[in-house]
Amino acid sequence: MSVMDKIRQWNWEHAIDSFPLIFKAMWLTLGLTLACYLCALALGFGWTALRSVKARWFNALVRFVMQFIRTTPPLVQLYFLFYAWPLVPYVGYSFSPLTTAILGLGIHFSTYIAEIYRSGIESVPKGQWEASIALNYSRFQQWTKIILPQALPPVIPMLGNYLIIMFKEVPLTSAIGFAGMLLVAREYAQDHWSYIEPLTIVALFFLALSYPSSLFVSKLEERMNRRFRKNEQPKGVAVE
Amino acid sequence: MIETTQERQAKETVRKKKKIAAETKPIVRYLDVTKTFGDLEVLKGINLDVMPGEKLSLIGPSGSGKTTIIRMLMTLEEPDSGIIEVEGEPLWHMEVNGNLVRADQKHLRRVRSKIGMVFQQFNLFPHMTILKNCTSAPIHVLGMNKKEAEERAMAMLERVGLADKVNNYPSQLSGGQQQRVAIARALVMEPKVMLFDEVTSALDPETVGEVLEIIRDIAKEGKMAMILITHEMDFARDIADRVVFLEDGMLTEEGTPEQIFENPQSERLQSFLARFRNGSGS
Ligand SMILES: Nc1ncnc2c1ncn2[C@@H]1O[C@H](COP(=O)(O)OP(=O)(O)OP(=O)(O)O)[C@@H](O)[C@H]1O
Ligand SMILES: [Mg+2]
Repeated sequence: MSVMDKIRQWNWEHAIDSFPLIFKAMWLTLGLTLACYLCALALGFGWTALRSVKARWFNALVRFVMQFIRTTPPLVQLYFLFYAWPLVPYVGYSFSPLTTAILGLGIHFSTYIAEIYRSGIESVPKGQWEASIALNYSRFQQWTKIILPQALPPVIPMLGNYLIIMFKEVPLTSAIGFAGMLLVAREYAQDHWSYIEPLTIVALFFLALSYPSSLFVSKLEERMNRRFRKNEQPKGVAVE
Repeated sequence: MIETTQERQAKETVRKKKKIAAETKPIVRYLDVTKTFGDLEVLKGINLDVMPGEKLSLIGPSGSGKTTIIRMLMTLEEPDSGIIEVEGEPLWHMEVNGNLVRADQKHLRRVRSKIGMVFQQFNLFPHMTILKNCTSAPIHVLGMNKKEAEERAMAMLERVGLADKVNNYPSQLSGGQQQRVAIARALVMEPKVMLFDEVTSALDPETVGEVLEIIRDIAKEGKMAMILITHEMDFARDIADRVVFLEDGMLTEEGTPEQIFENPQSERLQSFLARFRNGSGS
């Protein structure tokens, strides 16, 4: 039998063999996704805080760095963090694949998350800031009690979308040796000379997880839209 | 013994005198305050004293800078030059080694705790119930405990006639009701000076009355100074101890309501008032 024949053939034995390995790795992939996501959510606040500094040159610098991170491929960033960062004098440090993955994807996506936060924050009317100053809240309280509770709920669906997008980007981390579903499948494939079964299973896992999540997010979006439109309506009571 | 009693009485007298003197010092004082937006010189040197408990009406044509004057006192807008004092203390400046420097956040917060404001657009917090709108700042800013804050808020909400709405959200209330909540919310902070910026001009005509009635009621109580910007001339006249007229960035005329409305001196004020008499409003 030729090699090509072997590849073309779907072999249930391989499928059944590789399934539990991939299933186990799925938890790692999911865990990593969640870790990257939380990292991105937290760093997103960091960017937002940096951008709220009034100095114009600083603001421009922050915007430039964010733009740079956003427009560089995440794979390049992962390689850089994993292979090049340890060689940088003084600050260089060798991270494990897991830490590299969390930091790398976390930083990359935090720049997108920060934009989402910003759109939410900008949608809060100026009068809300003014009322919170008039009632003498501290700066911190203005954010935590007044602005963020209004800015975040409407952007929850958008944030949810990024969870799904990140989930789909996490296989990139197999390039730096993180043993998620893709790496496990590839290793199995190489060891047993059978690519179709494990990779198909990986694809199905991604489909099975992403599709319902995206349905859920669009439902959520619908609900949020309805809710916020309803709440806004009586605000415009101005007459004349 | 006798001497000490006399001494004590003397001290008491001095203290009383000082207290009276303190009470007759202005609670708010503007000294040569200017403000420019871009090329537009909005305020060209405002000098104004407001006494404790005084009810001051600020009138003037649209765009003359009325809102800007009180927004600077609420620290929503920073003056370009001049000094605003609250109880004798600069609001936008503080003293460091004998020099007046730009105030920091801590100083601003301390001084503005004496000021409250009601906005044209109410600006209630839409994510909080009516009760929470009125208790949040007392709890988190004044450090009151929840029970105490709720009692105080309930008393205020009762006063503005909305005790039955405490669990509603602002979006479920009419404009007039929302504005009454906004007044209650500002009152629970017990400011010494309260600012009202055209608080009825975003309202349906039918609900204007209920809001004015409440402000009138608060004014009667007396201990809180009030600065009112309004286009309701009858109301301004009714409620004010003193009326000041602003035009072209200057306070050009001031006096008792009778003086201003019965016997206006400048032509500008006369024609300004005439427009209202003709019923065209602003
Ligand atoms: N933030 C700002 N930026 C630029 N211009 C401003 C700003 N705020 C106010 N102005 C301008 O300053 C002038 C005075 O505004 P202000 O709101 O104080 O007037 P007003 O007397 O309250 O008028 P109205 O009766 O219409 O409320 C106006 O010409 C206004 O356009
Ligand atoms: Mg105005």
